[in-house]
Amino acid sequence: MLSVLCACVIAALGLPVLVPRLPAAWRPSLAILPLGSFVYFLLTPISESQLLLTELPPVHLWLKLDGLSRLFALLITGIGTLVYAYSGYYLKNHEGQGRFYGFISLFMGAMLGLVLANDLYFLFICWELTSISSFFLIGLNQQEAKARSAALQALTVTGLGGLALLGGAVILQIHTGTTQIDALAARMPADFSVGITAALLLVWAAAFTKSAQFPFHFWLPGAMAAPTPISTYLHSATMVKAGVYLLFRLSAAFAAHPWWTPVLTTVGAVTMLYAALHALFRHDMKSILAYTTIAALGILVFFIGWASPLSMQAALLFVLVHALYKAALFLITGAVDHATHTRNVLRLHGLRKQLPALAVAGGLAALLNGGFPPFLGFIGKDLMYEALLHEHAVIGVPLLLVVNVALLYAGLQVGYRPFAGSAMPEGEVSKVSFWLWLPPLLLAVLGLLFGFLPQMPNALIAAAHVAVGSSGFAPLQLWHGFNEVLAWSLATLLAGVLFFRFWPMNRERLGWTEKVEMFSPAALFTWLASSLQLFARRYTSFFQHGYLRYYVMTVVAVLIGGISLLLFDDFAFKGSFEPLLELTFYELGTLAMLLAGLVFVVFTPSRLAAVAGLGVMGFAICLLFVFYSAPDLAITQFAIDTLTVILFVLVLYKLPRYIRVSSMAVVLRDGVVSLVFGGLIALLALQVIHQPLQRSVSTFYAAQSYVAAKGKNVVNVILVDFRGADTLVEITVLSIAALGVYGLLKLRLRAEERRNRA
Amino acid sequence: MDVIMALLIGLLYAAGIFMMFRRSLVKLIIGVILLGNGVNLLIFLLGRLVKGKPPIIAADAKVLVEGAYADPVPQALILTAIVISFGLQAFAIVLIKRAYKVVHTDDLDDINTREEEE
Repeated sequence: MLSVLCACVIAALGLPVLVPRLPAAWRPSLAILPLGSFVYFLLTPISESQLLLTELPPVHLWLKLDGLSRLFALLITGIGTLVYAYSGYYLKNHEGQGRFYGFISLFMGAMLGLVLANDLYFLFICWELTSISSFFLIGLNQQEAKARSAALQALTVTGLGGLALLGGAVILQIHTGTTQIDALAARMPADFSVGITAALLLVWAAAFTKSAQFPFHFWLPGAMAAPTPISTYLHSATMVKAGVYLLFRLSAAFAAHPWWTPVLTTVGAVTMLYAALHALFRHDMKSILAYTTIAALGILVFFIGWASPLSMQAALLFVLVHALYKAALFLITGAVDHATHTRNVLRLHGLRKQLPALAVAGGLAALLNGGFPPFLGFIGKDLMYEALLHEHAVIGVPLLLVVNVALLYAGLQVGYRPFAGSAMPEGEVSKVSFWLWLPPLLLAVLGLLFGFLPQMPNALIAAAHVAVGSSGFAPLQLWHGFNEVLAWSLATLLAGVLFFRFWPMNRERLGWTEKVEMFSPAALFTWLASSLQLFARRYTSFFQHGYLRYYVMTVVAVLIGGISLLLFDDFAFKGSFEPLLELTFYELGTLAMLLAGLVFVVFTPSRLAAVAGLGVMGFAICLLFVFYSAPDLAITQFAIDTLTVILFVLVLYKLPRYIRVSSMAVVLRDGVVSLVFGGLIALLALQVIHQPLQRSVSTFYAAQSYVAAKGKNVVNVILVDFRGADTLVEITVLSIAALGVYGLLKLRLRAEERRNRA
Repeated sequence: MDVIMALLIGLLYAAGIFMMFRRSLVKLIIGVILLGNGVNLLIFLLGRLVKGKPPIIAADAKVLVEGAYADPVPQALILTAIVISFGLQAFAIVLIKRAYKVVHTDDLDDINTREEEE
């Protein structure tokens, strides 16, 4: 198993480089990778034991191949084989073919990891990998805006679901103490606490987004922007089945939950009805298939919801049937598109003349899809009716009848109608290669063969049935005798065929859908996405307006709010206006000088005068340091202040006078805000200086300054010795500033020189 | 004196903030300088004002006498702050000069263009 996963990863890395160098005729042979894996999974016996690759707590790379894993693994690799071969020809002129093979290999590896994982977190990782690789696959035509937005939409929806899955996994681990999937059921608390219910809701969110259940279905029709082989792979057997797989996988643990049946059956029923009716109003073959895929997924969720042994069996068989016919129909669509350059069923007719093999495949696939005997689809439909007739006949059977009739109609629309009727003009249809018609034919024939010989898929389905925790598997058989089930099945066929015969698709009906498009979940999603962007833009331009003074004002306002909240919350003014120190004449003079300088700086209209005022203030502060026992500060302040004033005058005296731009009201507002802030700071300072001071640090320096560092000026010793490293960094900062200043001045000179020369 | 000092610091803060609210680049820097002075004095005040007792060990002693000196720690902090703010001011002043040469305005709102307005 490990080697298969490794091969996928290596292919994902190597093929993008290798494929463009490979001759076009050889590219279909790349199918050897999925084919080899297919054979491996076919021959490997299922086992209850698990393989522990490595442990990276909380992720345990446990791999386990049980019946359910094998069913899905065979579908993934089997359909994968056909898609690889088909794409080798189909995409041979596509510039992204290398990318395609790389991402589809990554995708296949992730899908296999997902179905083999026996650890919730490992499953989550693979789940996200499929979302990401499918994003690149859907957006393979990256030059088309439509493909890009479809890819983004799919990634958004399934990615959000992935996050929900992670949340669910975490909650499950908390409540059950294990992340091992096959141990969950045994450890599930019997009473389903709120936590377990929350986990279930999250898991559902993941499954419904991935498997395109209403109202999350809209990404799937959009994803049809991808080239057809990708749609084939993603929508028949893999990507969208991941959600269904998750429900199968966890049904053993959760099926007893009281919400399981009501929620799943409701969601499934709404989805299948909604999508099946939508499919009737489409004329693009891929679009029809997209909606029937959603409907089929709805059917699966519906049957998983009933959680009876028979309904589980019906769902498992339908996974196989759906993969066979849906992949075949998609591949036929691709071939028709390739030959005629249109997928519009209204313009296609009579292709059986030019494309006989494809017509056979189409006819068989349509019959398989419709559930005609003796195809496997017939057995599948019988099982569904039987499961419903046993328990939930009144609502279930009529509902299923409507959906099945619609699906049959849609299948004939794609598989039969393009090939029936008068032939199309010769020039409009080109031949298709053997690589394009053989894969769908193979699938359709397989569907027929399995119908005749139901014992072939019997073991596969039976093993999967055991793996989902059900018992009482009824062996598949084509003929059940004349009973009620047969009657419903035949009624479906008859109604579908009559419907198709007497209510043909026409142009008029296309207009109907556009009218309701406005209210669809897709429109809601688009509206949500664009409103979110609008909100983000407005939010940003509101807060990031680019005006420095309003940023400062915001900061100051928050500070004022915060400080006053703390200061006045439990306000008992502990400070006093009693001066601690006497005021002398010199101090009074200095303070007056400082105040005068301050007023001058703020109110003078001349820049030079303001700088002079700054100088006066600096010297006044210098004097204050002298009075209050800080000679070092005084010297530093003196030197620095002088330098600042000189620099200011030298550099700025050429600049123009201040402009008068602020109105009186603005000045008043700013003044009030500033004064409030200043007042708060003053109040804070007064509060603090009347608290006792913690002096242990300065006591240490006072005691150790001479003893340990041999210096008598304590401030100096702190700077150059005790905190020497800080000072080193400070010097570095200053050097950088000096370099910056020097650089700016030099730059100016050069610019001037250049101008002079010019 | 302490009370007056506290009020003075409040005034310095207010003046600094007020200048930062203006549109002129030069006033912005003056505002930053005023605010810096206010902060320095605030730290100084919070270390308590002491008259005539600088933290210098006497020539004949080995330790400072307990309780008889100004706190050296805030002084060391302020000294660093003064020097660093000088580096900032010098760079800012030259930068303004340079900016004025390029855009020929001192008005912040003229220099200021947001992305979508460009």
